[in-house]
Amino acid sequence: MDYEIVIGLEVHAQLLTETKIFCGCRNKFTHEPNTNVCPVCLGQPGVLPVLNKKAFELGMKGALALNCEIPPRTKFDRKHYYYPDLPKNYQISQYDLPMSERGYLDINVDGVEKRIGITRAHLEEDAGKLMHSTDSSVVDLNRTGTPLLEIVSEPDMRSGAEAKAYLELLKLTLEYVGVSDCNMEEGSLRCDANISVRPFGQKELGTKNEIKNMNSFKGVEIALQLVAEKLFDATKKGEKIEQVTWGYSIEKQKIFKMRVKEEANDYRYFPEPDLPPVEVSREWVEQVRATLPELPRAKHTRFMDEYSLSDYDASVLMQDKPLAAYFEDVAKASGNPKDSANWVINDVAREMKERNISGISAFPVKPETLAELLALVKGNTINMPTARALFARLVQGETASPKDIVEKECLAQVSDSGALKEALEKIVAANPKQAAEIESGKHQTAMWFVGQIMKEMKGKADPQSVTQVIAERFGIDPGLLQKKK
Amino acid sequence: MELTSLTAAEIAAAVKNKKVSAREVVDAHLARAEKHNPVIGAFLHIDAAEARATADAVDARISRKEPVGALAGVPVALKDNLALPGQPLTCSSKILKNFKPPFTAHVVEQLQKADAVFLGKTNLDEFAMGSSTENSAMQLTRNPWNTDCVPGGSSGGSAAAVAAGFAPLALGSDTGGSIRQPASLCGCVGMKPSYGLVSRYGLVAFGSSLDQIGPFARSVEDAALIMNAISGPDRRDSTCRNTPAPDFTANLNQGVKGLKIGLPKEYFETSGLNAEVKAAVLAAVDALKKEGAELVEVSLSMLDYAVPTYYIVATAEASSNLARYDGAHYGHRAEGTDNIIDLFSKTREEGFGSEVKRRIMLGTYVLSAGYYDAYYLRALKVRTRIAQDFAQAFGKADLIASPVAPETAFRFGEKTADPISMYLSDIYTISTNLAAVPAVSVPCGVDSQGMPIGLQLTAPRFGDDLMLRAAAAYEQVSGLRNRVAPLQGN
Ligand SMILES: [Zn+2]
Repeated sequence: MDYEIVIGLEVHAQLLTETKIFCGCRNKFTHEPNTNVCPVCLGQPGVLPVLNKKAFELGMKGALALNCEIPPRTKFDRKHYYYPDLPKNYQISQYDLPMSERGYLDINVDGVEKRIGITRAHLEEDAGKLMHSTDSSVVDLNRTGTPLLEIVSEPDMRSGAEAKAYLELLKLTLEYVGVSDCNMEEGSLRCDANISVRPFGQKELGTKNEIKNMNSFKGVEIALQLVAEKLFDATKKGEKIEQVTWGYSIEKQKIFKMRVKEEANDYRYFPEPDLPPVEVSREWVEQVRATLPELPRAKHTRFMDEYSLSDYDASVLMQDKPLAAYFEDVAKASGNPKDSANWVINDVAREMKERNISGISAFPVKPETLAELLALVKGNTINMPTARALFARLVQGETASPKDIVEKECLAQVSDSGALKEALEKIVAANPKQAAEIESGKHQTAMWFVGQIMKEMKGKADPQSVTQVIAERFGIDPGLLQKKK
Repeated sequence: MELTSLTAAEIAAAVKNKKVSAREVVDAHLARAEKHNPVIGAFLHIDAAEARATADAVDARISRKEPVGALAGVPVALKDNLALPGQPLTCSSKILKNFKPPFTAHVVEQLQKADAVFLGKTNLDEFAMGSSTENSAMQLTRNPWNTDCVPGGSSGGSAAAVAAGFAPLALGSDTGGSIRQPASLCGCVGMKPSYGLVSRYGLVAFGSSLDQIGPFARSVEDAALIMNAISGPDRRDSTCRNTPAPDFTANLNQGVKGLKIGLPKEYFETSGLNAEVKAAVLAAVDALKKEGAELVEVSLSMLDYAVPTYYIVATAEASSNLARYDGAHYGHRAEGTDNIIDLFSKTREEGFGSEVKRRIMLGTYVLSAGYYDAYYLRALKVRTRIAQDFAQAFGKADLIASPVAPETAFRFGEKTADPISMYLSDIYTISTNLAAVPAVSVPCGVDSQGMPIGLQLTAPRFGDDLMLRAAAAYEQVSGLRNRVAPLQGN
C-alpha cells in the first residue's frame, strides 16, 4: 500500500506595532530583563487590558494579505494554563470567533501550483521567556504582551518541500505588507507543525505527531522529513503510531522526543470579560485592504506579463521586495527590462553580496545611473567589457554619470570600418601563420583576430563591426562567425 | 459641632468656608476610628500620617485662596481591594498580605482630584467573596449597631466605617450585593452603579462582568456627591461607558411625583423574607406613593434562578481572575518546594481561605471541557433571560422597589456552616449585577431589635440619577438620614 504524509502548520508572527497589544509598553526588544513592563503586562491585581487598535489593524492587514475573510464581529477569550512565563496564568487569545478565517496561499513547488488553505488567523498576546540554570529558573517578561498573529493552515501539505514553500511564501507575504519582520532566528516568526501518515485515498487523518520550535526554514524541511520517515517506517511495519511531540535541534539537525501522548489540555476557554467584542465594519475592512501593497505572487505574474521576464527571473525578484522595486526603476528608466533584470539579478546582486550590502537602499548605484549605463550598451555606444568596467567604478563610488565618463575618457566603441580594417591589415601582416589558417577555412581562428583587434583598439571596438570586417577580409559568411557573445 | 456626625456635603462646605479645617475634620475622624476600630474592626489599615498630610495640603490651598475639589477635606475609607500606592492591597487574603500596588485605581485618582482624604483600607470577605465579612483572613468586622452581629459583606468594613462615624464616605465593590447588603445591615446608603458607569481600573477583579465600585454614605446627597467624582469614562477600562456621567446631585430634590414604581411580586413572596423586613419595605413603598409615585405590579420571574446563575458566572470568572496568585511574581510564596507545580499548589493552598477555594473549584468545574455547555453556557443564557425580565419590568415601571436582604444583620457564625444559606442573603441583590442595572439601598427603618432595614431601588441601566432622586425623596420623608451608630464608651 502507498502512503502519503499530511502536514499542517501553525505559525506565530510578532506584529510590528509601536506598543504591546493590551498595554502602553513599547513593543521593542529590550536586553535588560523585566524593564519593558508595566502593571498590565505584569498581570498585577486590579489592572485591565485595553486592545491596541493598531495591533488589530495590523493583524487584519496580515489576514487580508493571506486572502482571509474578516467576520463582522470578533471577540477575545481567555486560554488558561499555569506557566511562570504567563503572569496571569491565562493568555488572552481568540477561540470561537477569530478575527479572520478561510484564507489561502498559492505555492509553487518545482513548477507545480498548489493552493494551501488557511483555516484562521487570530490575535493573541505573547508570553515571557524563561531562562534556566542548573539550580534555578528566572523569568523575563519583556516579551509579554507582544502582539502575535497565529496563522493556522489546513492540513493541505504533502511534503517537507511544500511546507517549506508555504512557510517561505507566508513569511514573504507578511514582510511585503509590513506586518512582521518574520525573523525566525530571533523568534519573531515561530512555526509548529502537525504531521500524520495515511494510505492514499483515505479521508481520515492518521495519528498526529507534533513538531515544535523549528526555527529555521531548513529546520522545517529537515524535521518534517525526519518525522515523516519515522511515521512511514512504523506504518509499514504495521506498528501503532504513538502521539509524539518532537523537538528539533538546529545544531545537530536532529529531532528528539519531547513528550508522548500528553492528556488533552483543557484550556477552559471563556469570553474575556474585560474586552468587549469588536465590531468590524465593512468600511474598516476596505480601508485596511486599500493599504495592502502588491503581493508577491501578483508581482511575479505582473513581471512576467509586463516585462516578459522568465519565471526564474520573476521569482528571484519577487523574493526581495526592495530589489524588485529597484529593478522596476531601472527597467522604466532604461526601457529595457530584459537587460535590467539580467544586470539586477546578476551584477547588482553579486556586488551586494561581495560588498556585504544588506539592502538595495544602501547600494551606491542609483537605478537611473544603471539605466543610463544600460542605454549606452543598448545603443552600441560602449561594448560590454567597457560597461562592466564602468559599473565596477560606479560601485566603488564614482559619482560622474556614465555618459560623462564615456565622453571624457573616449570610451565609446569604435565601429568605423576604416579604422578596424587598418588595424586588421596590420595584424595580418604581422601574423602570416594565423592568416594562412583562416584562409584555409579554419574559422575558429577568427576569434583570435577579434581578440587582437580588440587589443589594438584598447577594448573599445564594437565586436559586431569587428566580426563584419574579418568576414569581409577573408570572404567568410558573417553568419558563421556570429557566435556567442 | 460634632465633626464625626457631619455629612460629607456639610464637611466640604465647612472646610471651604474655613468654618473648620480639613485637618480638624481628619483628626476628629482618626480619633474616633482609633478609639473604636479595635472593637468594630472596620479598618485593616489606617494611614494617619498620610491622611493628615493630605488634609494639611488642602488647608494650605484654601488659605492661599486656591480652588479646591468638591470633596475638599472629606475623609473617605477604601475597601481593601482598591489600589492606593503606598498602602497595602490585601483583599483580606493571606496570599496578598504583603502586596503593595505600584499603580492607582481610577476611582482613587478621581477622589484625589476632588481633594478627598483617604483614612485607610477597610476589611472585606477575602477577595470580596462573602456576605458577612467573616471570610476575611485578617479580622472580624462588627456591626456598629450591635457588635454581636455581622456588618454584612463583602464590603462590611466600609459599611461599618460609615455607620460608626469613622468616615462620612467609603467606597466598596458590589459583585452580587456586596455594597447594598452591608449598607442595609449597617443602616447607611449603599449604591451599586450601572455596569460601565465607574471604571474598574485598580479594583482587584472577582467577577469582571459583574463587579462595580460604588459608595457608602449616610445620606443620598453624599452618595450623589461621590458618584459625581468617581463616574465617567476611563480609557483604561474598555467596559466603561465612553460618555460623560450626569450630575447626580442636580435633580435630587425633584421628588417622585408621577414616577411609576414597580413591585416585583416574586420578591415579596419569597419564603425566606423576614416579616419585619417585608413590612418596613412595604411601608417605605407606601410613603413613596404618598409622595405622588404610582405603584405598579411587575414580574421578575427569574428570581429563583438568579443565585445559581450568579454562582456559575461569578465563580467561572473568579477562577480565572484568581489564577494569577501563584507565588511566582508577587504576594505570598510557599517555602520549601523544589518544582514549579508544587510551588503553585502549595502557595495557593496556604494563601487562599476555604470560601475562595470553594469558588475557584466551582468556577474551574463549570468551565471544564464537557461541563462548559451544561453550566457556563446555560448560565449565560439564563443571564440574558434575567436581563430581559428587567427590560420588561422597566417597560411598565420607572423604578423597581424591593427588599435589599431577606433579613437584618445576623449573628457571627450563624451562616458560616451553610454556604447556601449565606448565598441566599444576596437573593434580592444578585439579579441587578447579572442585568448590569443600578440599585441603591436606603435605610427604611429598624426591626424590633433595633437593627437597620434597607429599601432597594433599582433603575434601568444608566438611570442611576433618577434612582438617586427617588432615594433622596424617600430619605426626605422617612427622616432616616445621617444616622451614626452610638458606640460603647462614647
Ligand atoms: Zn505593559
